[in-house]
Amino acid sequence: MDGLSLEVPAGEICVLVGPSGCGKTTAMRMVNRMTDITAGDILLDGHSVRERRPAELRREIGYAIQQIGLFPHLSVAGNVATVPRLLGWPKERIRTRVDELLELVSLDPHETRDRYPAQLSGGQRQRVGVARALAVDPPLMLMDEPFGAIDPINRERLQNEFLRLQREIRKTIVFVTHDIDEAIKMGDRIAVMQQGGKLAQYSPPAELLMYPEGRFVEDFVGADRALKRLALQRVRDVDLWKAPLVRVGEPVAEARAKVADSEVPYPLLVDGDGRPLGWLSEKAMLGERVERELRSNAEPVLELDDVLRDALSDLLQEEAQYGPVVDHRGQVTGVLSIEMLSHALRTDPDQVPHGADAAA
Amino acid sequence: MTSVLAQLEIRERTDSCVADDGFCPDWIADNLDRYVDPFFEHVYLTLVAVAIGFAISFALALVAYRRRWLINPVTQVTGILYTIPSIAAFFLLLPLTGRGKTTALIALVSYVLLIIFRNVLTGLDNVPDEAKDAGRGMGLTDRQLLWRVEVPLAVPEIMAGLRIAVTTTVGLATLAFFAGAGGLGGQIFADITFRSNVVVAGGLAVLLAALLDGLILLVQRGITPWTRAVAAR
Repeated sequence: MDGLSLEVPAGEICVLVGPSGCGKTTAMRMVNRMTDITAGDILLDGHSVRERRPAELRREIGYAIQQIGLFPHLSVAGNVATVPRLLGWPKERIRTRVDELLELVSLDPHETRDRYPAQLSGGQRQRVGVARALAVDPPLMLMDEPFGAIDPINRERLQNEFLRLQREIRKTIVFVTHDIDEAIKMGDRIAVMQQGGKLAQYSPPAELLMYPEGRFVEDFVGADRALKRLALQRVRDVDLWKAPLVRVGEPVAEARAKVADSEVPYPLLVDGDGRPLGWLSEKAMLGERVERELRSNAEPVLELDDVLRDALSDLLQEEAQYGPVVDHRGQVTGVLSIEMLSHALRTDPDQVPHGADAAA
Repeated sequence: MTSVLAQLEIRERTDSCVADDGFCPDWIADNLDRYVDPFFEHVYLTLVAVAIGFAISFALALVAYRRRWLINPVTQVTGILYTIPSIAAFFLLLPLTGRGKTTALIALVSYVLLIIFRNVLTGLDNVPDEAKDAGRGMGLTDRQLLWRVEVPLAVPEIMAGLRIAVTTTVGLATLAFFAGAGGLGGQIFADITFRSNVVVAGGLAVLLAALLDGLILLVQRGITPWTRAVAAR
């Protein structure tokens, strides 16, 4: 550590990012004294952490690490109850709190409560880890690569989920990652660190991408800065195109009118609940009524909470121009196109919200 | 010492099967009660020796787990005790502690120390680092971490050590009669040429080892349900 000085406003996510060996994890671990502070100080709410007994201090700070570190011999409930038990909460209170927390992280308490960590998927374990860190409602949380051990698809989902959760709980979070994309997506503020525990830049993500200070930050952020800015916006922030939604059996004339009325050149077939089934070609529109086309599909289906960068990557992956956007019930609410994304790339980043606000 | 090894007459050689040193079910059925007392002496020797050995080596392992420099000296001392042939140990102890159970127990205890010490320590060392880090990071003190996380996670290895210790002790305790402590060994050597006798006494020792081994396994399964929790999907 070399003269590292940071101020993290309450209720914000501060991401420490940098190459391995830059001291980001060490810096984070100093906050709850898992690493000893030899010089300088850390103030929580104006009080020095050095005056506190380490074990007591740590119980007041949420702690989630990369491998999650669930206790294999305790059930999910036992794991989540770790700190409440240390604080001597009554049994009944612990039980209600555990169920409450599991629901908060989108796990079914009845199904997961009595399972052991070995019986959970990676994503479920990660959620239990977050629930455990939140157990006594600490105002401050430390998270060290909490999504590091999870496959990319689930990681995207868990990140979105966590940002939604953060919007509700408004914790002050110190978040460590080596992944600049994750930093941009998760952070209200980003501290870029370089070898030897030096702070290279500390600013909100949009500013970091627009005005990187110095060569190191420029290189670390990467040449595709413009592209990365897409991570600052979500699909719901964009004025989506109206989707020409048709159903099986609908008169073809009506369907054609809908297509003419939309920027999208193909009709999108949906089921009775408005969920996307597939784009239709001319063939399905030859008769009197719209028919089901066997080989049509609606991939990629995008979600309102996806960041534009992920949406773009999904579109490119499927070699698609258009992607139907669904809400949390899976109903189509509009269409996102490559054209709209290229427009978003030109938007002034100062107009762009970030972190948990972007998920609002 | 010759008196110890002298063959005792435990049979009347009227029956031809018995006279031929054979395996005689009738004789066994009539003489089973001879083995009851030695059997329970054997159980006593085994359980007490393992219990004392466990208490000593478990405590030693907990101390050495935190003060790593102790591992080598403890391993060496218990290692030397482990390599002393038990018969030699019995005779070496006789002048100090005299004939009887104490002498036998000292020798048997010294034999299990290394086994249990090493297994407890391995179990503790194998506790995943991230579980320890998470525990400490959530505010468990060293003592809480030890008793709530590290020891419970070491239970499978600890129990494995206990199983080895118990089965070897059952075997070694057959020599305890050299120290005048009785047990099934006394019965075997009472008439080592008579097949019926050797099969019954030896069989009881094997049975006891299997029984205790199974019992520990059962206890282990009871207290570590998490080891059998495999991915449900």
